[in-house]
Amino acid sequence: MANVLIRFSYLTKNQIGALGPISCSHVQHYSSPPPGTPPPQTKTKFGPLADQDRIFTNLYGKHDWRLKGALKRGDWYKTKEIICKGADWIINEIKVSGLRGRGGAGFPSGMKWSFMVKPDDGRPKYLVINADEGEPGTCKDRDIMRHDPHKLVEGCLLAGSAMGAKAAYIYIRGEFYNEASNMQVAIAEAYQAGLLGKNACGSGYDFDVFMHRGAGAYICGEETALIESLEGKQGKPRLKPPFPADVGVFGCPTTVTNVETVAVAPTILRRGGAWFASFGRTRNSGTKLFNISGHIVNPCTVEEEMSIPLRELIDMHAGGVTGGWDNLLAIIPGGSSTPLIPKSVCDDAIMDFDGLVACQTSLGTAAIIVMNKQTDIVKAIARLIMFYKHESCGQCTPCREGISWMNKMMYRFVDGNARPDEIDMLWELSKQIEGHTICALGDGAAWPVQGLIRHFRPELEMRMQKFHQQNQQKMTN
Amino acid sequence: MITLKNLTRFWQKGLVRNLQTSSVLQHDALFVHRDTAEDNPDIKFEFTPENLKRVDAILSIYPEGHKRAAMIPLLDLAQRQYGWLPLSAMHTVADILCLPRMRVYEVATFYTMFIRKPIGKYHLQICTTTPCWLRGSDDILSAIKTQLKINVGDTTCDKMFSLSEVECLGACVNAPMVQINDDYYEDLTTNDMVEILHDLKCGKKPRAGPRNGRYASEPLGQPTSLKSDPPSPGFGVRSDL
Repeated sequence: MANVLIRFSYLTKNQIGALGPISCSHVQHYSSPPPGTPPPQTKTKFGPLADQDRIFTNLYGKHDWRLKGALKRGDWYKTKEIICKGADWIINEIKVSGLRGRGGAGFPSGMKWSFMVKPDDGRPKYLVINADEGEPGTCKDRDIMRHDPHKLVEGCLLAGSAMGAKAAYIYIRGEFYNEASNMQVAIAEAYQAGLLGKNACGSGYDFDVFMHRGAGAYICGEETALIESLEGKQGKPRLKPPFPADVGVFGCPTTVTNVETVAVAPTILRRGGAWFASFGRTRNSGTKLFNISGHIVNPCTVEEEMSIPLRELIDMHAGGVTGGWDNLLAIIPGGSSTPLIPKSVCDDAIMDFDGLVACQTSLGTAAIIVMNKQTDIVKAIARLIMFYKHESCGQCTPCREGISWMNKMMYRFVDGNARPDEIDMLWELSKQIEGHTICALGDGAAWPVQGLIRHFRPELEMRMQKFHQQNQQKMTN
Repeated sequence: MITLKNLTRFWQKGLVRNLQTSSVLQHDALFVHRDTAEDNPDIKFEFTPENLKRVDAILSIYPEGHKRAAMIPLLDLAQRQYGWLPLSAMHTVADILCLPRMRVYEVATFYTMFIRKPIGKYHLQICTTTPCWLRGSDDILSAIKTQLKINVGDTTCDKMFSLSEVECLGACVNAPMVQINDDYYEDLTTNDMVEILHDLKCGKKPRAGPRNGRYASEPLGQPTSLKSDPPSPGFGVRSDL
């Protein structure tokens, strides 16, 4: 499920201090911005992205994905020099780039990586790559792994060296068999060419990359569930704290990051953090892979600049909504966990973290699911709730029982077999699930329902009215 | 007085609803094990010599003292060897990892990719989650059902095909799609599905991937991005490296 479902409770108390001058006693006054601050954005129009600024140049698999082709496209170029610049330099450069985690939660990557830099206590450190992509609508990591695997392998090495990690485990979902085999080939090629293993790239740094295939559980995309699963247990999320940066996989400090976050890192380091920060609005910088699926003329995955207007993105790359923009009903902008937005909001929505929070939804994994006016919107959301019901690990009662309950209610709402006050009950129920579970799968299930009630309450009430009218007719006959 | 007959009538009209009960975990397979002729502890299971080498390779990537991490890969290997995952294979894995058998059972029942009952040669897994459903996965599903004359969860009499309805398989821009064993068949129409099933029945291997003429996840027709050749190494690289 990617880390779309990570809450900001990730931070410990001390780390929250690093986010901004929250505590009054230790406010620091800088004459210039602190180190690692992205340069201010001066652009006002975002997108389309020029071809030479795209990071994933083999996204569609037109070129050779193996080492020879990857070298030709500029992967593994000056990797040794980057490693030799040192961990602080790499982390600072990532901070300057303003890169935020691409798995959904949007946590600043530079800061996350810096949590791993601490005095050595004898335990090895691990980097874990979350390739358990299963959020409905999302299929960006799959294209990276099958067509540009060396970007990810090189990213593992650079991120690992910044954290001082001993090895990286790439946890890929079990269904991606062919993608896993491409990755495995890429890793083997890198070992043979001396790019990984002892003295990786001739930098004097030892680093290993291993593949680990999962076995079909959406919940294993949650970082602590992924760690449990990697340890050979049931994928049930752990309580935090301790955070993975303290006690993670095999009891060692661990960072879990999304595939895309790591795969963009080498290009950022080569071309400079300021280059990456020049795309998108401040705090939302960079380029991003967007998946556009659903009722669309040409569904596709495309790399675009952050902060591109939603309508422009759909019209330019996906050929527009089926039946034209006016035939649009609603859009789920960031994978199934994010609340939907109706057409009136879509008209001027901006595809970045802040732009979508302003619309009461979120960027998530940037997987856009488009629904036109021919869609049974209630059924579409009910089907998503069925997905969450199927994928709940069953550990926390609000999630296990609550989602089943929501699922039953939603399928009654599809027919209209309910009373209007039950809509409020469903809203209340979703609020009871949200925030009362160990991981955020419960939140992810509650938000689509809340989005539906927020924007389509008249539709729900109309169905109920129609159903009861029909029933009355049946009874009188 | 409400008679049973009346109650049934009301129910059919949707006027009486089920009582809320604890959720039953919805899973394709039964959670508990029942001894059957094809699955019982007396059936012999051993890894083949080639697979034993693979077992060593798998075990070698995990740190000493944490070999348990190899559980999922080993169960997967056993399943690939046997076709599905019998109880005795779980026992073998438990012995290799020096774990109580219970630890293996709990993992084998948690993950949906472990199949604990005999299955057909071709396992059709159709995704019906919202992105695929929006693009007509229901039609594909009914096409499979009518072609093979089976329902979801069934296997054909000749043990060739098994059909499962699964949750998102992560190929949403190529919806609707079906996974057959390890391969994805994407951008399907009902005709494509019929053709794929026909090929499989004839012993041919149908071409995997998108069926509407595109190669991967690019937009169909004229490219909207990546029109030029990728830049060569060193392009745009900062000067201080």
